[in-house]
Amino acid sequence: MYAFDFERPKTIAEAVKALGREDAQALGGGQTLIPTLKQRLASPSVLVSLNGIKEMIGVRKEGDTLIIGGATPHAVVAKEAGAYPALAALAGAIGDPAVRNRGTIGGSVANDDPAADYPAAVLASGATVVTNARQIAADDFFQGLFTTALEAGEIITEIRFPIPGKANYQKFQQPASRFALTGVFVAKTAGGVRVAVTGASEDGVFRWTDAEQALSSNFAAGAIAGLKVSDDGMIGDLHGTPAYRAHLVKVLTGRAVSAA
Amino acid sequence: MTKVTMTVNGKAVSGEVEGRTLLVSFLREGLGLTGTHVGCDTSQCGACVVHVNGQPAKSCTAFAADLDGASITTIEGMANADGSLGTIQQAFQDHHGLQCGFCTPGMVMSSAALLAENPKPTEMEVRHYLEGNICRCTGYHNIVKAVLAASGQDVSKIAAE
Repeated sequence: MYAFDFERPKTIAEAVKALGREDAQALGGGQTLIPTLKQRLASPSVLVSLNGIKEMIGVRKEGDTLIIGGATPHAVVAKEAGAYPALAALAGAIGDPAVRNRGTIGGSVANDDPAADYPAAVLASGATVVTNARQIAADDFFQGLFTTALEAGEIITEIRFPIPGKANYQKFQQPASRFALTGVFVAKTAGGVRVAVTGASEDGVFRWTDAEQALSSNFAAGAIAGLKVSDDGMIGDLHGTPAYRAHLVKVLTGRAVSAA
Repeated sequence: MTKVTMTVNGKAVSGEVEGRTLLVSFLREGLGLTGTHVGCDTSQCGACVVHVNGQPAKSCTAFAADLDGASITTIEGMANADGSLGTIQQAFQDHHGLQCGFCTPGMVMSSAALLAENPKPTEMEVRHYLEGNICRCTGYHNIVKAVLAASGQDVSKIAAE
């Protein structure tokens, strides 16, 4: 790793100020960023840890909305997001126990890895990403591979999930990394069904709108039987071809609907 | 350099660290606690697992400066007060849960966290919980057996596979 300064602010305001320094980088749980720094793929002048900001850690429910602080570790979400069981289950299946104790929801969502689990939940739930500066709808937040609407120095302070009537996440795990080879999150919301796919597309997480339409009129696995998923733009690597991933999208969507 | 203060295995310690100093470097090089191993250094293998405020974490993937004020337990803190092996350590010895021993500190720390959370796990639960710990000798069967034995369950009927 290249050398850098380290700051550990106690409030959001202090963190925003620290991130104003040139080449500053926010640090969540570090489960992706630290390996990246070790490979010298990033060289920030200062790391600003968000892990000491108490107001950004925790899970709470307000009416039909579950609100999760940006610095909340996956293990805490798995334990405390019981009001939204599909989300708690997703959090409890990220990585391994040691990774779940450090990695945070805000870090995962801000990083927007194309195979990460949380982006599928955020997009399918129609969640709102709240930052120190504004509120961003999930549909506007994810903008492609490792690309989000966040501006430099902007921090995810919390994510607000409207709790759907029914929901389920199906992940076909890549067994070595435990990332999703492909994962599908299905949510039956008041405004219709939303289906978000992670791990499959070269453009990152996306909504499978054909399935959403079919499932909104008939919420049953059979409703998507006649649909085809194009392998155009799907990820191809040594773990699976684009056609294989396209196939998984449909299979996992069906399983998620049946399990919801 | 930043000053950090932690409680490590029950003792208050402090030291000057760089921003980039990993927890595992602070433990091994700063405090001389070389029981915690660095295996892959990429957060895959789990040889470096320690407890941070009671929860397992990969010490190669956390900065010492981020853990100011934390309470850390390492493999050196797992023995009984008289220096004899703790229950899990003894079970690893009794059931040959180690071959080369490199992964053992992490295996013991993860197993201790599992048993604290789930005192009587099933074999599947043990295997699932330990999926972030890799044994390069592939000695998983006896590791799982040792964890089940440490939980007080009868392992005499678990056949070697």
